[in-house]
Amino acid sequence: MSITATLIGQMITFAILVWFIGKYLWSPMTQMMDDRKKRIADGLAAAERGKHEQELAEHKATQHIKKAKEQAAEILAQAQKRGAEIIEDAKDDAKAEGERLIVAANAEIEQEVNRAKESLRAQVVDITIAAAGKIIKKEIDAKAHGDLLKDVVGQL
Amino acid sequence: MSSSTANEANGPTSVEYIQHHLQNNSIGEGGFWVLNLDTLIYSWLLAGVLMYIAYTMGKTITTDTPSGGQNVLEAIVEFVQQQIRDIFPGSNPLIGPLALTIFMWVFLMNAMDLIPVDLLPTLGSLVGINYMKVVPTTDLSTTFALAISVFALIIYYNIKIKGPIGYLKMFLFHPFGKYLIPVNIIMTAIEEIAKPVSLGLRLFGNMFAGELIFLLIALLGGASLYGLIPQIALGTAWAIFHILVISLQAFIFMLLTIVYLGMAHQDIDEH
Repeated sequence: MSITATLIGQMITFAILVWFIGKYLWSPMTQMMDDRKKRIADGLAAAERGKHEQELAEHKATQHIKKAKEQAAEILAQAQKRGAEIIEDAKDDAKAEGERLIVAANAEIEQEVNRAKESLRAQVVDITIAAAGKIIKKEIDAKAHGDLLKDVVGQL
Repeated sequence: MSSSTANEANGPTSVEYIQHHLQNNSIGEGGFWVLNLDTLIYSWLLAGVLMYIAYTMGKTITTDTPSGGQNVLEAIVEFVQQQIRDIFPGSNPLIGPLALTIFMWVFLMNAMDLIPVDLLPTLGSLVGINYMKVVPTTDLSTTFALAISVFALIIYYNIKIKGPIGYLKMFLFHPFGKYLIPVNIIMTAIEEIAKPVSLGLRLFGNMFAGELIFLLIALLGGASLYGLIPQIALGTAWAIFHILVISLQAFIFMLLTIVYLGMAHQDIDEH
């Protein structure tokens, strides 16, 4: 139980082992851990960025919706206004048309009345002549009194 | 001891049994120039296991889906890294692999202690190997090989960081200032030499004592049949306790290495 030349062998073994483990285990392992650390940090940063972008997008979307709503309201208001205008126009048109129709009808009625008067007149003349002819028989010359009768009828 | 009567026929006495177990299988002329083959071969085997694990794991390392083995190694590496980060000032590419190697290799060598004390020597005797000490860290050569390597690094980094003059100044003016230079030299020299000696002896002492207690417990069953029950009970208890001891000793060796090298990396004014 004393220190022997084994010491030298063990020191060489130790040196080789340190070198080997440093090269094949420590370096790749620490390298990998650093990479992993970096990747995790990157991932977290990306997630943060994504969240931020999402917030931005949401904000944008709400703005769009708000704008769209405003536009829709505006369009609606315009449409209502236009509708009201159209209704007003239609009313005016209808009123004018109605008046026009009334005027036309009145004119037609007048025409009809006149025509009826004309035909009545003609018939009255004929009937009067016939009746007078029957009453006074030959005393009246259709030719001689025709002008007189026409005058009378004209006064009807 | 009663065991001598129990094993009178052909077995060794208790003292012979223990001495036999503490005898290295060595070749050489005696004195310093002796090679303890069992120590070397077992530590090489364990170094080989470590190299194999390091090589295969280092090849298949992945960032995304680590397998079980990788998780274990990652935990160990992170643990060592954390210790270094806490203790070690600045950065040094050697300190990490050094600390990791010390931790794992010493742990594995210590763990040989948990193999039943008679198992491997008995198997060895079947193929004609008469002496075998299976725990490399119960050999002073192993513990001092590590301690002296660390000591060499301490001196190297002291000179590298502080400069030869700075290192000399540390001996001259530390810890009592410039008026007590002779005392300073002695104090600092003792302080520095105590580092490798305490490193080597602490590990050796703990493991040697643990092995000795395993041997004493193993003797119980040899003494009589009634000894079997306390042997099993004590052996189990000591083995469980020893799991703590082997991890702790490996950890302490690693930690002190980091501390000593950290001190070597500090400027002289910070002492």
